[in-house]
Amino acid sequence: MPILEGQGVTKLFGGLAAVSNVDFRVEQGEILGLIGPNGAGKTTLFNLISAAFPTSSGEIRFNGQRISGLKPHQICRMGVGRTFQETKVFSNMPVLQNVLTGAFFGTPTRVSGADAIGEAAKALEFVGLSAMSATAINDLTLVNQKRVEVARALATKPELLLLDELMAGLNPTEVGEAMELVTKIRDTGITIFMVEHVMKAIMGICERIIVLHHGEKIAEGKPKEIASNKQVIEVYLGEGAHAGS
Amino acid sequence: MGFLLLVLIFIATFPIYARSYDIRVLTLILIYVVLAVSWAMFSGTTGYMSLAPAAFVGLGVYTIALLQETLPFPVIIVIGGLISFVFALLVGLVTLRLRGIYFTIFTFGLVVFLTELVQFLETRIFRSHGWNIIPIDDATLLYTMLVLVVVTVLVIYFIQRSRYGLALLSIGGNEEAAEHMGINTTMTKVLYFAVSSMFMGAAGVVLAPNLVYINTNIAFSLFYSFMPILMAIFGGMAHLSGPIVGAVIFGYLERTLRTQLFSYFMLGFGIILVAIILFLPNGIIGLVPTLQSKLGGLMANSGKGKQGEQHANT
Repeated sequence: MPILEGQGVTKLFGGLAAVSNVDFRVEQGEILGLIGPNGAGKTTLFNLISAAFPTSSGEIRFNGQRISGLKPHQICRMGVGRTFQETKVFSNMPVLQNVLTGAFFGTPTRVSGADAIGEAAKALEFVGLSAMSATAINDLTLVNQKRVEVARALATKPELLLLDELMAGLNPTEVGEAMELVTKIRDTGITIFMVEHVMKAIMGICERIIVLHHGEKIAEGKPKEIASNKQVIEVYLGEGAHAGS
Repeated sequence: MGFLLLVLIFIATFPIYARSYDIRVLTLILIYVVLAVSWAMFSGTTGYMSLAPAAFVGLGVYTIALLQETLPFPVIIVIGGLISFVFALLVGLVTLRLRGIYFTIFTFGLVVFLTELVQFLETRIFRSHGWNIIPIDDATLLYTMLVLVVVTVLVIYFIQRSRYGLALLSIGGNEEAAEHMGINTTMTKVLYFAVSSMFMGAAGVVLAPNLVYINTNIAFSLFYSFMPILMAIFGGMAHLSGPIVGAVIFGYLERTLRTQLFSYFMLGFGIILVAIILFLPNGIIGLVPTLQSKLGGLMANSGKGKQGEQHANT
């Protein structure tokens, strides 16, 4: 059974179909990439999975259970964590407290204060930010704020982690470190579904890739197959090859 | 702790030597403390700027107006709080979906609406436009208010230290992210809006006897909406002590300026507030860390050491 499955997932904004009749499967333990040109509907699809928006039609199932129609906090507690394309950290609290929110509220059962602090500290250590737990979040660089978002999502103990452009705006060294982090997360048993523009990262760590264009799925397969798919090259890699490298 | 004890002893012994007028001023200041602290607990953390305190104060005032002859005073305080709690729950369920300025405008409208509604009802049912409140002696009122302040501050202190305090802050930090971290933001907002309103309603009950005569314009005066906000901003909202300090200073200033400048006192107020917002964006308590680091730099290295650590981390 796939960990996450979508059938005929559609999102209409007025007359525009941001996501149109998309079927997808995320298999347990894999790193699945989601790519496509700007405006292809990648982030919208993530927002439908995490219920930031309701789906217009279609169905999304997590571990076989229908999740379309639930609220974001319920989906998070079921085991779907996420980060955001534009970082959405809690700017009014220090780093550790940012991660604590996930540890306190992101799990189905009530967590004691001591356990939550332990989980948060563990998550911060995992992403390499232990030394900054008392720092004001706005004093962190972009790459570190993104790491805090990852730690915050990890603190909710997800089975599936949605990463929305984790590498956008990072320099090549930072991209390399982020790729390592993603692989390391997967190695702890968490399935990864990631939207990414940085081709090197996508081709390097994803086992499978889904390509969206104008809200529709146009291709799906192993990185090699995607890289040689004519339609994909036309709509995406043709322009992405210049921008990405 | 020692300081808190001194304050408690000061208030407890105040009626022994103070004039009746001064006792009333102190009682009013304590009422402002409850209003400012409860306002900051919800609006200061979540960023949902409520102009509704006057609505809940008014509900409290009207609760005692209607029940004063049938029930004992402490019971009326509890009922006044509960009425405000339930009313805020209902209002919250409808309005807390509104964000930013729309929520603020709605809460403003709520005060106006309640004023008109209560006026309509009292004319229809009781054929009256106002009520006399049976006086209660100054010391009793002061001690009652002291108990209410202690309860309010303790409850809010524990809320802010708890996971729910963190949830409220995260809503203010980024509501969308808060939802995706498993926080039931709607429930959190509605519940704590109601808790904050409950204390305001209870404070309204204690306020009433010193007003002697009340009608809808006195009970639902928007003054009670703006004062807590000004006090919380004036004192600073980063710490529980901010709104308390703000309420004490502002409450005292209001009374002195009012007796010396009469209706011009708002002018003095306005100038002070503008100055605070311009020069002390974090309020009076925002000064504390600044002063500490300056003094620390002069006297010891403890303050410096902490700063150095932080820099090393970034």
